Amino acid sequence: MPLITAQGLSKTYRTGDIEVQALRGVDFTIEPGAFAAFVGPSGSGKSTVLNLIGCLDKPSAGRLTVLGTDVAALDRAAAAAFRGTHLGFIFQDFNLIPVLTACENIEYPLLMVQDWPEARRRARVTELLEAVGMGPQARKRPDQLSGGQKQRVAVARALATHAQLVIADEPTANLDHATAQRIIALMKRMRDEYGTAFLFSTHDPRIMAAAEAIYALEDGRLVAPTPSVALAHA
Amino acid sequence: MLRLVRLAARNLARYWRRTLLTSGLMVLGLVAVLLFVSVSGSFQRLIVGQITDAMLGHLQVHARGYVASIDNLPLNLNMKPDTVAAVERALGETPGVAAWSPRLKFGAMFSNYTETTSIRLNGVLPAREAATVPLLPGRLLERGSAPALLEPGGILVPEILARGMGLAVGDPVVLVATNLDGSVNGKTFTVAGVLGDVTGPGGRDGYVHLDDARALLRLEQPEVSEIAVRLSDPDALAATRARLVRALAGHGAPLEVHTWEGLSPFANIARMIDVLDVFIRVLLVGIVLIAVMNVMIMAVYERIREIGTIAAIGTRPRRILGLFVYEGLLLGLIGAAVGTVVSLILVWLLNLYPVHFTFGRDQALVLAPTLAPVDVLAIAGIVVLVAAAASLQPAWKAARMDPIEALRRV
Repeated sequence: MPLITAQGLSKTYRTGDIEVQALRGVDFTIEPGAFAAFVGPSGSGKSTVLNLIGCLDKPSAGRLTVLGTDVAALDRAAAAAFRGTHLGFIFQDFNLIPVLTACENIEYPLLMVQDWPEARRRARVTELLEAVGMGPQARKRPDQLSGGQKQRVAVARALATHAQLVIADEPTANLDHATAQRIIALMKRMRDEYGTAFLFSTHDPRIMAAAEAIYALEDGRLVAPTPSVALAHA
Repeated sequence: MLRLVRLAARNLARYWRRTLLTSGLMVLGLVAVLLFVSVSGSFQRLIVGQITDAMLGHLQVHARGYVASIDNLPLNLNMKPDTVAAVERALGETPGVAAWSPRLKFGAMFSNYTETTSIRLNGVLPAREAATVPLLPGRLLERGSAPALLEPGGILVPEILARGMGLAVGDPVVLVATNLDGSVNGKTFTVAGVLGDVTGPGGRDGYVHLDDARALLRLEQPEVSEIAVRLSDPDALAATRARLVRALAGHGAPLEVHTWEGLSPFANIARMIDVLDVFIRVLLVGIVLIAVMNVMIMAVYERIREIGTIAAIGTRPRRILGLFVYEGLLLGLIGAAVGTVVSLILVWLLNLYPVHFTFGRDQALVLAPTLAPVDVLAIAGIVVLVAAAASLQPAWKAARMDPIEALRRV
């Protein structure tokens, strides 16, 4: 079963009297364990696609199935529950909770979203801290961490609940070159170790180079449907 | 729940200056209310105690129409012996009645042989009067060597009259009273004591023995004008009055039972203090509501991206709502706890260094403020509940926030 199936996916925003068509009948399929990127200029619709896949928004038309669920049919609470159970998120600005330490940030979805028992929670947090190389910084708060360290914690948080899909919106935009490379490598390693699919929205050629599939968008249309790794490296 | 409370506490600690200011405002409001309640309560108790324990008693029983004509002290509205006996039987059977004292009230001419003036008098049985209004002996500014409060042939003269006519204990005086049939009778008395005045009706009356009063008025039967009643629990005033009214209902003679509140103008002042008490509580609610709502609106506004993040990663709206409500609740708890402790310390200090004041002609009254646990709990409870309620709207806004819009916020 495909991880994501989009058929005739459209999204129209209305700002006052102006109607903006962010997506115009897009079709694509993404398989489990993918490491794929949506690319395109600003306003091309790549963030809109990720918001729809991430159940943060609803399509205006078309059909979108994520993990076999018609996500357009989910109400607010059900969408939150779906995100908490199946999806992970990585943000451009890291978006860690400032009052929590690194390990507490990773623990947050297990504690506040999924109600895991303490022993299982601790074991999972320890495992992920080691996996992303943040063990020594476990007790530090976000303001005591570098950008790269914050994004490592964010990756661990996104994976904490055994998410099958991690949605990463420009995850390297605020990182220097070397750190960005390390984060990309980390995410790919996490995909390899845990089998979690990673879906990016990006301008970053390093991510495009690492992506195994690239979906290029322009004016809300897919201009390079189901491209290959070769295209990404071209 | 505990995890939400812990996270809420950390968020409050993150903005510690704001938390401190808001809690400080609540502490200030709560201390003001608790101090007002304790001091005004002490003032009320003190003055009411003076009025009821020095002159009026808690309840008074009269023949119907007597109180309406009390300025004339009408002898024709006295209670007859069978009525008095019925009232005393009812009083004996009414729970909560601690003591009662029959009084024969009348007006007379008062002379020291050189000057004459008018006087209002109470004929009483001294031991029963002292049991009913126990502060009466304490009102004696001067007294003779007799152990009893008042013996037959003696008169307790109000201070204002004793001073004006230059009377001292042991001086002879004459009372001339008009009897019920219109005739006049006179009798010689000896000043047995000088009474300090008290605020309120009857506060400047003189006292003679009940037997002397009956003899002076040439009453053929032992009538009384009123029966003053002391209760074991003054707070049960209305309930005891109702019981007494029910007990007297079977008796043929028309009777009235008045509480001290119906007889003393101070009851209006006491009611005014109660109204002020309500106003100041409403003010406290306003302070807490505005302070907490303001701080929680700011908290939501400043943490929009954070709200977007936790919503995006799957935190259910109900938990986001809970997080902000707990922040408000914790603010209220901090304010209530610190405010209560500060208030208790201040009340303790006010008892350690008492405040003296005068009320009317009552000199050197001492305030002894106390705080009833029920008042402390009620007022602290108001603070906590209002703080939680004030955070509801901002919390609701946070819970309903669109994650995409929230995440876009810079």
